[in-house]
Amino acid sequence: MWLRISAIVMRFFFLHRRSVARVMEIFFWPVMNLLVWGFVTSYLKELAVPKTVLFLIGAVILWDVLYRSQQGITLAITEEFWVKNIINIFISPISIGEFLAAICVVGLIKSVVTTIVLGFLAFFFYSFNLLSAGPGLVLFLGNLLLFGWAVGLFTMALIFRYGRAAEALIWGVPFLIQPISAVFYPVSVLPAWLQKIAYLLPSTYVFEGMRQVLATGVVDVSILGISFGLNLVYLFLGSLYFSWMLCKVREMGYLSRLHLE
Amino acid sequence: MHQDSTNTTGTDAITEVCRLTKRFNSLTALDSLSFKVCRGDILGLLGPNGAGKTTAIHCMLGLVTPTSGSIRIMGLDVARHRRNILARVNFSSAYTALPSNLTVRENLIVFARLYGLKSARDRIDTLLELFEIEETNDRLTGSLSSGQLTRLNLCKAFLNDPEILFLDEPTASLDPDIAAKVRERLQELQRQRGLTMIYTSHNMQEVEQMCDRVIFLATGRIVMQGSPAEIIKQSQSRSLEDLFIAIARNGHLYQTVDNHEDEPCGSE
Ligand SMILES: Nc1ncnc2c1ncn2[C@@H]1O[C@H](COP(=O)(O)OP(=O)(O)OP(=O)(O)O)[C@@H](O)[C@H]1O
Ligand SMILES: [Mg+2]
Repeated sequence: MWLRISAIVMRFFFLHRRSVARVMEIFFWPVMNLLVWGFVTSYLKELAVPKTVLFLIGAVILWDVLYRSQQGITLAITEEFWVKNIINIFISPISIGEFLAAICVVGLIKSVVTTIVLGFLAFFFYSFNLLSAGPGLVLFLGNLLLFGWAVGLFTMALIFRYGRAAEALIWGVPFLIQPISAVFYPVSVLPAWLQKIAYLLPSTYVFEGMRQVLATGVVDVSILGISFGLNLVYLFLGSLYFSWMLCKVREMGYLSRLHLE
Repeated sequence: MHQDSTNTTGTDAITEVCRLTKRFNSLTALDSLSFKVCRGDILGLLGPNGAGKTTAIHCMLGLVTPTSGSIRIMGLDVARHRRNILARVNFSSAYTALPSNLTVRENLIVFARLYGLKSARDRIDTLLELFEIEETNDRLTGSLSSGQLTRLNLCKAFLNDPEILFLDEPTASLDPDIAAKVRERLQELQRQRGLTMIYTSHNMQEVEQMCDRVIFLATGRIVMQGSPAEIIKQSQSRSLEDLFIAIARNGHLYQTVDNHEDEPCGSE
């Protein structure tokens, strides 16, 4: 089992080792994002707005964990379609669980690398210390990572089913979630009905929690617990949906035809 | 290596397809197909474009779920034991590719691992040599010619020393010289290891040369089967190619071979 999982991880390692563009994707966009928001924040600070503007920097970094995690796994699948390799993988003895595990590992590695880079940059440029959240940070990051996987499962299922037509979702879905997750502002600014939806997303709790830590220095473990619980639900539903879609796709013969599109 | 396989049923049929039907919405791609393949045989699936050859192979590999019917490979039901079967068979097609942005060796390393081979260096060397593409070792897969790619696909297909090899138009893009060499290699491997092959091709000379048995499909039904010599004689054609053209143009005139009576399928 580990051998098969490592095979897929290796495949992405080989790929990134050579591809400047792909490595840039892990660094370039996140860094650009951080710089823009970082300087906006510095500017706002000059205007003597309360220190809560630091939230923005935290938000940018944490958002990227979710985003990279979702991207990591959806791009991994799409990549196999692009290069017509999906059939080769599906006729090898790897189970779908092993394959998902492998691409989650790829997503994890990408997220971790990005977070470390952003963490350092934020510290040097804006003296924003990601580690000030203490060990609780792991809970924040972990929950975002998990939610990224769950969202990724749904996106992948749609890509399996609808092929090329669904590829826009890879980048689209995260931005559907972003405004509702209260990434850059507290949930309280959302209209009441949207707040209800916001609290259905694990990510909302993480961003609320982050603002709390930055303001008070206290990590509220209970809301991170809720986030974790919701994550388990979404991961479960996501796997279910993905497996169901895969069954459908085998029925419709899309695995053998997707590579023709 | 796998002479000791005990999973085969009483007969030496390594593949049993029973009333296999596949419908895509209103289109019937396979219509109650039944046939057996014996261990060590080379079976050719022939038929005009759209006859259902690829669909049949994909059903056997579990890529496509049949609408009805059953497939047993090495005594195991494909629907239930897909992964066990997949570990012991392999597939190569002119229509799939290995990641173009990895080198030839990297690709083979990845697939060797997928098939459970931890250190496959020697095996990869041997296979690259066997198919005469050892010089492509460090090159990016995307930079290979289509003939080299075809041979790389075959290397991949032999990584797990399969008992059954499914080939979908394996020689489609090879020049006559290389095509002949590839055929020789495949026949050698078949003789040495008792490899079973199920393959499609539109090259009738190749089929005549390679196949112990052929099955002619037209619109998802078997219209003729037997050894190439047998069916040429039976149909009073001059060659397999003539017969092919006759079937392709007037398939409806050929009675569908119905082998259900004499080969009761195990109840599934
Ligand atoms: N996923 C699918 N959805 C709808 N129709 C399909 C699908 N896959 C195959 N078909 C149809 O089923 C029929 C059989 O196709 P198949 O690819 O098996 O033919 P083939 O014998 O391999 O032909 P060729 O010689 O051109 O490769 C065709 O009419 C094809 O259009
Ligand atoms: Mg075909």
